[in-house]
Amino acid sequence: MSDRPWIFRTYSGHSTAEASNRLYRSNLAKGQTGLSVAFDLPTQTGYDADHPLAAGEVGKVGVPISSIEDMLTLFQDIPLDQMNTSMTINAPAAWLLALYIASAERLGIARDALSGTTQNDIVKEYLSRGTYIFPPQVSMRLTKEIIEFTVDEVPRWNPINICSYHLQEVGATPVQEISFALANAMSVLDSIGLPAERMPAVFGRISFFCNSGIRFIEEICKVRAFTRMWDRIGLERYGVEDPKMRRFRYGVQVNSLGLTENQPENNIPRIVLEALGVTLSRDARCRALQLPAWNEAMGLPRPWDQQWSLRIQQILAHETDVLENEDIFEGSVVIERNVAAMEEAAWKEIERIQEMGGAVVAVESGYLKRQLVESNARRVADIESGERTVVGVNSLQDGEPSPLTQGASGGILSVDESAEREQLERLNTHRARRSQADVDSALAELREAVQNGENVMPPSIRCAHAGVTTGEWADTLRQIFGEYRAPTGVDAPLRLAESDRISQLRRRVDEVSAQLGRRLKALVGKPGLDGHSSGAEQIAIFARDAGLEVVYEGIRLTPDEILTSAQQEGVHLIGLSILSGSHLSLVPEIARRAEIPVVVGGIIPEEDAAKLRAEGVAAVYTPRDFDVGRIIAEMVEIVAEANGIA
Amino acid sequence: MPEEDLDALVQGVLDADHTAIAAALDCCEDTRPGALKTQRALIGRLEAKTPGEHTVVGLTGPPGVGKSTLAGALIQLWLDAGLGAGMVAIDPTSRRSGGALLGDRARLRFGANQRVFVRSMAARDQLGGLAPATRAAVVVLRAAFDWTLVETVGVGQSEIDVETVADSVVLVLQPGSGDTLQFMKAGILEIPDVLVVHKWDLGVLAERTKSDLESMLAIVADDPRDWTPRVLGVSALSGIAVKELAETLRAHRAHLDASSELTRRRSESRVAWAMELYQRRFGGEGVERLGGNDALRELCESSAGSALDCFTGLASRAGFST
Repeated sequence: MSDRPWIFRTYSGHSTAEASNRLYRSNLAKGQTGLSVAFDLPTQTGYDADHPLAAGEVGKVGVPISSIEDMLTLFQDIPLDQMNTSMTINAPAAWLLALYIASAERLGIARDALSGTTQNDIVKEYLSRGTYIFPPQVSMRLTKEIIEFTVDEVPRWNPINICSYHLQEVGATPVQEISFALANAMSVLDSIGLPAERMPAVFGRISFFCNSGIRFIEEICKVRAFTRMWDRIGLERYGVEDPKMRRFRYGVQVNSLGLTENQPENNIPRIVLEALGVTLSRDARCRALQLPAWNEAMGLPRPWDQQWSLRIQQILAHETDVLENEDIFEGSVVIERNVAAMEEAAWKEIERIQEMGGAVVAVESGYLKRQLVESNARRVADIESGERTVVGVNSLQDGEPSPLTQGASGGILSVDESAEREQLERLNTHRARRSQADVDSALAELREAVQNGENVMPPSIRCAHAGVTTGEWADTLRQIFGEYRAPTGVDAPLRLAESDRISQLRRRVDEVSAQLGRRLKALVGKPGLDGHSSGAEQIAIFARDAGLEVVYEGIRLTPDEILTSAQQEGVHLIGLSILSGSHLSLVPEIARRAEIPVVVGGIIPEEDAAKLRAEGVAAVYTPRDFDVGRIIAEMVEIVAEANGIA
Repeated sequence: MPEEDLDALVQGVLDADHTAIAAALDCCEDTRPGALKTQRALIGRLEAKTPGEHTVVGLTGPPGVGKSTLAGALIQLWLDAGLGAGMVAIDPTSRRSGGALLGDRARLRFGANQRVFVRSMAARDQLGGLAPATRAAVVVLRAAFDWTLVETVGVGQSEIDVETVADSVVLVLQPGSGDTLQFMKAGILEIPDVLVVHKWDLGVLAERTKSDLESMLAIVADDPRDWTPRVLGVSALSGIAVKELAETLRAHRAHLDASSELTRRRSESRVAWAMELYQRRFGGEGVERLGGNDALRELCESSAGSALDCFTGLASRAGFST
């Protein structure tokens, strides 16, 4: 008798609620069994489409949801009481859940009929994704209130999905993935401060979201270690007696970090192998799986690309015998030895974090971020030196041109630039149609409840019904809680290997600096709302190592802020990093106004790169440029040339 | 630089024009042989024209204690009061590569506000917690803004230099970090005019640190300066007592004005700067040519003009060309 397959999902959403609804319905028709909603960056950071920071970002990496109208459109003709919906939403998780509940209520569906997940894991936002809004302590309060509310009111909801996924994306080792995520879960549970009799119910609702990389045997061991450790934490630390409540329940998105722009067809075998890591162990199998598309490192995937990834899951579940066997690793000496070693190292790290005062304190002090930045620098250096093989990138680069990228589109979805305008129109129509008195009183109620320490969910649901917008909800909380800037981690005391190449580069930097009259100084910045900062961090660290003075300000900067900093700091070059696809909206303005060379890195299709160069950008770097040393060397020459230095 | 360009640059700095300030700072950082002449002219003119009430505050203390966050809160307070603020933030230089990561701006977000100007500097090979061009940068920013903050690297014992660049020195400490004792051993507790126990919202631990500091200060309090260092519990993130800190700084400035202390400090700062330039450029042999360190100091003290004028005079006296 076969096991039931895991839930098949695809992380998707783009342009507008209407376009995303069409996509969801077609995905479901292809045999997808759950939804995974990607929101755009303004929604994830609590801004309406007309906020200055939202310019260029609306509808880019996900769907814009400004109000209950958008939410109703997004799920039109999708039965919410039969759907399992995962929402990747964190800082404003309470708000999007309130919109989801209110939408269901409009359609006559009861709260307890809803099932799904709000990601709601703020710790990894500070460490990796960057879509945080409020300071850590108050964010933990919101997390806790969502958990308390859903356990009673929406009992089939997973109120929090602790993410180790994003930690691997910024370079975490398996041991870091396990230990940081479990310490994070412990911080959440400790902050709730539940009476013992309520603990099992809450403990049983905590789920995880893991990554699976190309070293799939290591990944098998990782999820097995996770499973054993969570079980032990439940029993020993939280006194949960029922083993079912201690099951390590997790969903997976397999690794995007290792997908390559070079020979992109190679990504399909990578994705298949990564899927094996989390499906082969019956006792530690994922509950839901999302596979990226083969062309993610090039730009936005088309529906056909997503379908191909969905088919991988369906073939694995329906054609192979993976669901038919007992746990095939039971009794394996090698697997057991690896799991034990990983567990031991992870317990040690958890202990260290606990001694510091837990995951939140370790975020605030910058400890966790520094560890990750260091691991990633090591990973990048290993690829550069060839220590780690990436087929088609640092070895076996020669091959036939890929027929997959030969079409007119270059094998990716071209972005619909009208989405932002459409969303602005929708927002204005919505604002004009609703009752302002209702909105004002709902917001006043929200403010009062939050200030009085009451649960944020009931007044948020009331706001949703009243037609409050995402920006209005988040602004109300910003006024109470304030905003936060997380540690950047780039002050990690790194020790990269010395080489002739780096010494040579340093000599050149010294030479150019001497002629400039002061040390070569560069600003590395991330314009827009995209919080994926590891590329910028690595450039900053390597540039420092090459002898540059590097001004690094972290994420979420407006073009004005970047230009102001560049002027005040007297830098010789500006380096920008954007992964959200909004490069065409943000970079040209900076390049036009800056009086010094500007270079940019990100997921930038060749067609766009040409446009940027035509706008005066000195160089464009994409995931193809894995050799950071070469990028830095080019930056030095760009400065030399701009200053007439031979 | 032609005279009229220099005049325009000086006027631009006095008007707090960002382009002018940036250019003046770039000029001050220039290490090429020909730069000294322009620097000397620029510094001399700026010093002569700087409004007397403009004040320089040094922020020192161990790394991670929240100096930048505190600076941000102070600057915001000054902005709200209609004042302007400049800041020099210093970060360590990697000794292996000569490069540096300058990350303090991440905590100082004032957008394109024209009344704030922040320049980050790398300490380079300077050991005293300041960067080589800090003193000149301070002259530029002080000419432009009511308040100028200097945030040091924060490496403990070498923080003493900040005393010779700032009118008021604030030492920022963290509750229970155990640094207080070390600071006392290193004699650093004799330097600050104001002590801040930061992250005051940590509660009991913070209060204990504050009372520890107060009793230690009682031991070193045979202070000839007639100013009893104040200890404040502050939290920049929660906004606790930042206003009190700003008021204390104003009170200290009033004390400096009322006594001869401001004149003494500024003159000491000039001497320290001139000596530092001379020693860095001509080393021990150069000092010997002028009869040793004490003689060098005396020469500096009796010279006129800016520190750069003094340095040029010393060099030619010793037979060096600049």
